[in-house]
Amino acid sequence: MSDPPPAAARTAWRVGTVIEARPETSSARRIVLDIPDWPGNDAGQHLDVRLTAPDGYQAQRSYSIASAGLGSRVELAVDELPEGEVSPFLVEDLQLGDRLEVHGPLGGYFIWMPQSVTHDARPVQLIAGGSGIVPFLAMVRAHAAIADPTPFRLLYAVREQSDVFYLQELLQLALSGLKLDFVYSGTAPRDWPVPAGRITKEALAGLAIPASEKPRVFICGSTGFVELVAGWLIELGHAAADIRTERFGGT
Amino acid sequence: MGHVDGNAIAGSLAEIFPFDVTAAVGRCAHCGSTGMIGDAMVYFAATGTIVRCANCDEVLAVLVETPSRIWLSLSGVRGLTLPT
Repeated sequence: MSDPPPAAARTAWRVGTVIEARPETSSARRIVLDIPDWPGNDAGQHLDVRLTAPDGYQAQRSYSIASAGLGSRVELAVDELPEGEVSPFLVEDLQLGDRLEVHGPLGGYFIWMPQSVTHDARPVQLIAGGSGIVPFLAMVRAHAAIADPTPFRLLYAVREQSDVFYLQELLQLALSGLKLDFVYSGTAPRDWPVPAGRITKEALAGLAIPASEKPRVFICGSTGFVELVAGWLIELGHAAADIRTERFGGT
Repeated sequence: MGHVDGNAIAGSLAEIFPFDVTAAVGRCAHCGSTGMIGDAMVYFAATGTIVRCANCDEVLAVLVETPSRIWLSLSGVRGLTLPT
């Protein structure tokens, strides 16, 4: 990757056109935007979407970006929150060709940068709860695209297999170096070695890179999930400074 | 209502500052601890957004946005260090 201009200079309100939209799960939708003046984004960044009603009322929400790198193609995967102000529109009503106001790329905190930039060879542990997988898609894609040597392990906690985002792509990446683990809280697939159940500290200890290897850890999910997992990691000996979190609210 | 991370106000802060504040390191004026703004706790309320220190829970910043203006108080932040 060449040196991009500083993040702030690149952040602006822009207009994107929907060029692809398809169901991701029964409640989520994958949406691809073409944003002609998009400056590219780092893996893990997000953008804000602003909807304006005919009467001028505006609603704005943040969405993680599932894609990374240069180019005008920006991919989102949006889970519909029944009480939400923005997600029901994006999942159910948004049409191909529609234009959307977006602000971004945003955030230099919850991002992964290649080892060639950071010179940090420590392994990376990603931990997703439900739709918290989206920024990690950008990270594992970027990691694979440049054949970065950093060991990557992804722990994906989800209710059941039909709720998994990007299942085929993740399984494909798992064949080429990504260490991929699932924890099913509701229903496990047939023949799954452990019964379904919410993630426990013991399961986490067994499925995450141990503290002795000093991994950099990223956690993304609901506030409750992030609190629980981050607390257990501290108890397991991980340094708070090595853990970055992205909680999403409920609307 | 629960909180989210400092990362969640990157968009609002980008309307004000020409750099990404969430990746900056701030010192809490209350407890003196340092941390990235992205690590802070953000509470959204109808009246505005409150940013609290992840270490001592005191208020670092308050952000109020209306259609015509943005009001920001950084009373709990004693200094910001920015990556250049």
